[in-house]
Amino acid sequence: MIEFHLDSRSGVSPYLQLIQQVRQGLRLGMLAEGDQLPTVKDVVGSLAINPNTVLKAYRELEYQGLVAARPGVGTFVTKTLADDTIAAHAGLRTDLEKWLAKARRAGLDDESIEALLLTTFRATTKEAV
Amino acid sequence: MMWLTWRQFRAQAIVTAGGLVLVVVVLAVSGVQFADNFHATIAGCQVHGSCSQLAGGFLNALKGSGYGVIGQVAIALTYAVPGLMGVFWGAPLITREIETGTFRVAWTQSVMRSRWLAVKVGLIGLIALASAGLLSLMASWWMHPIYQASATAGGSDSAVSRLAPAVFGANGVVPIGYAAFGFALGLTIGVLVRHTVPAMAATLAVFAGIQFAWPRWIRPHLMTPLRSTTPLDVSKINQLMIDPSGHMYVTASVSKPGAWVLANQTIDPVGNPFTGPPTNACLNQGIQACNASVTRLHLRSVVTYQPGSRYWAFQGIETAIFLAVAIALVCFCLWWVGRRRLS
Amino acid sequence: MTVALQSRALTKRYGRRQALADCELSVPAGRIAGLVGPNGAGKTTLLHLAVGLLAPTSGTIEVLGESPASSPAQLARVGFVAQDTPAYARLSIADHLKLGARMNPGWDDQLARRRISDLHLDPRQKAGKLSGGQRAQLALTLGIAKRPEFLILDEPVASLDPLARREFLQGLMAAAVDQELTVLISSHLVADLERVCDYLIVLQDSRVQLAGDVDGLLSTHRLLSGPRCDTAQLPPAWQVISASHTDRQSTLLVRSSEPVSDASWSVAEISMEDLVLAYMSNATVAPSRDRTLEVQR
Repeated sequence: MIEFHLDSRSGVSPYLQLIQQVRQGLRLGMLAEGDQLPTVKDVVGSLAINPNTVLKAYRELEYQGLVAARPGVGTFVTKTLADDTIAAHAGLRTDLEKWLAKARRAGLDDESIEALLLTTFRATTKEAV
Repeated sequence: MMWLTWRQFRAQAIVTAGGLVLVVVVLAVSGVQFADNFHATIAGCQVHGSCSQLAGGFLNALKGSGYGVIGQVAIALTYAVPGLMGVFWGAPLITREIETGTFRVAWTQSVMRSRWLAVKVGLIGLIALASAGLLSLMASWWMHPIYQASATAGGSDSAVSRLAPAVFGANGVVPIGYAAFGFALGLTIGVLVRHTVPAMAATLAVFAGIQFAWPRWIRPHLMTPLRSTTPLDVSKINQLMIDPSGHMYVTASVSKPGAWVLANQTIDPVGNPFTGPPTNACLNQGIQACNASVTRLHLRSVVTYQPGSRYWAFQGIETAIFLAVAIALVCFCLWWVGRRRLS
Repeated sequence: MTVALQSRALTKRYGRRQALADCELSVPAGRIAGLVGPNGAGKTTLLHLAVGLLAPTSGTIEVLGESPASSPAQLARVGFVAQDTPAYARLSIADHLKLGARMNPGWDDQLARRRISDLHLDPRQKAGKLSGGQRAQLALTLGIAKRPEFLILDEPVASLDPLARREFLQGLMAAAVDQELTVLISSHLVADLERVCDYLIVLQDSRVQLAGDVDGLLSTHRLLSGPRCDTAQLPPAWQVISASHTDRQSTLLVRSSEPVSDASWSVAEISMEDLVLAYMSNATVAPSRDRTLEVQR
């Protein structure tokens, strides 16, 4: 069962953040077919947000074909977004951890690491386009 | 609702019960001894024909004795308790809820506010009435020897009439009426003033004021007083005054056993209040000559009084009045609280 | 769709002071409604009118179709948490639950006890010894366990620290889902209500400045910036809520049911907080419908 968290400073609405986190979970293999999403009561009980926000997010995910609601039981994952790249995840994750350790040894703080990651990511994405 | 009323009132009820038990025990124990004391004092007086004298002596001995103190305390308590109930039970009943804001909890459950108030007033009011009744019962029973002695002693100066203002309000059923009134008065003032301490102070002031004024100005007229006119008995003169402006005032006591004497006026043969002029004998000569000169004036004593036989009539009327006022005040409070202006 | 709270021309006056003027409200059932406004705007007055602690000077108010506090049955359908969450200081938590049980026929004792134990509160603790957050949770428990259809709360988190505030709102939202509650919660801080409310009422100067579904309000209000212009020359369909001008640029908050197609304006969405602030700083004595007339002139 995944746990949602909300970043109130990100400028992204809670509704979109919930959807993003489910999709991310599906992509990273944390959510598999048949897994149950947290109940609306549990989500609002931990995030203190409006229940309709959760309902709308789950409905949108259902519209996207990723989950299905079973009345009286809950909402369950019907399709995963994970693809064959999952196999590469483990190796890539280890490489990332090594790079992060290197960056810290060089003396970068969290903000610098984040900035370096994001600017490089954006720059390479532009190139790739 | 009953549970909540009791739970909120519990501490006060326990304190009151404790106090009452103490008072009842003290009065019960001393009352039995007191009655025995009296019967021992007048034992066998019929044989000697000295009942009146012995009874008078018994009454005189009360002053300053332990029994006298107990009696005074019992009377004081029975007078004070209704007022205290108004101050400590009536006034804070609503003001505490207003000041702490808890009325916003009480009136948004599933109980109508009129029922909320009615149960509180009913339960606490009943306890107040019962307490006052018990206290009065004990005080009346305890004082019985005093009244017996007063009846036997006839015209003794120490005789106590049950109608006398000092004791009337502490015996019989009247304290129950006072308790109802005191409680309702405190409740009403609390509802209007809405702050606990000012409401308590105001209740005390108003209640005390009424207790002071009532026996003086209202009770004497609850039933039309009787008048008796008798020749002035010089042997009973208790006041003879000559003032510089040339007036003389004479009053002689008139024996009216058991009655509540309201006024004692001396009139001349024509019927006008006697104001002098002073007789020569009284100005210049001794008491005996003065008395003789007064006798020759043929003065009369007009006594306005309420006879002792009217005791229960007065008790009934006064209790009814105070109960009626109490009920009216409670109805007012129920109406006022229902008006939804309190928030 | 039923209406949880309906008011028509609702007015409350204290002598010469007007606490609420001419309020028209229609809060649908099932919403979590937020009542926002500065202190003294009339929020508490409105809520007290809704639970029957006050009677209107003129106008009407109906809660769940009935007059507030008109009968024990009506009282049972509405729960209330008053400002500063008053409690009986000398009564313990258990006593308060017993109070709830005795004074409410619909009381759910299991729910109440479970909540108290989940919150790690000691039932024997006297209410006067509780912290602000704990007392707020007790008041919330009393409101929830009577199983109302409609729960009204007057600034319940105003004096709570952020953690207590979060825990309170978590409990409130969970109960709202569980019992399908309609909720009306007031605050003078929009931030408290932003995540929680899907219906918004803005109250200022004793008047309702804005009321509606949050989604609808956010989608029909636009923040426009563009070259300096004269507000009188804008399309009549645009209701200008607020406008600020420099010598080169104009920034407008506009309410419009149609999308803005004019390319000379750059359009941005507005946050709930900024929306509320715009309406509060623009508060006029007359109701907002008059503003459309001004624009059309």
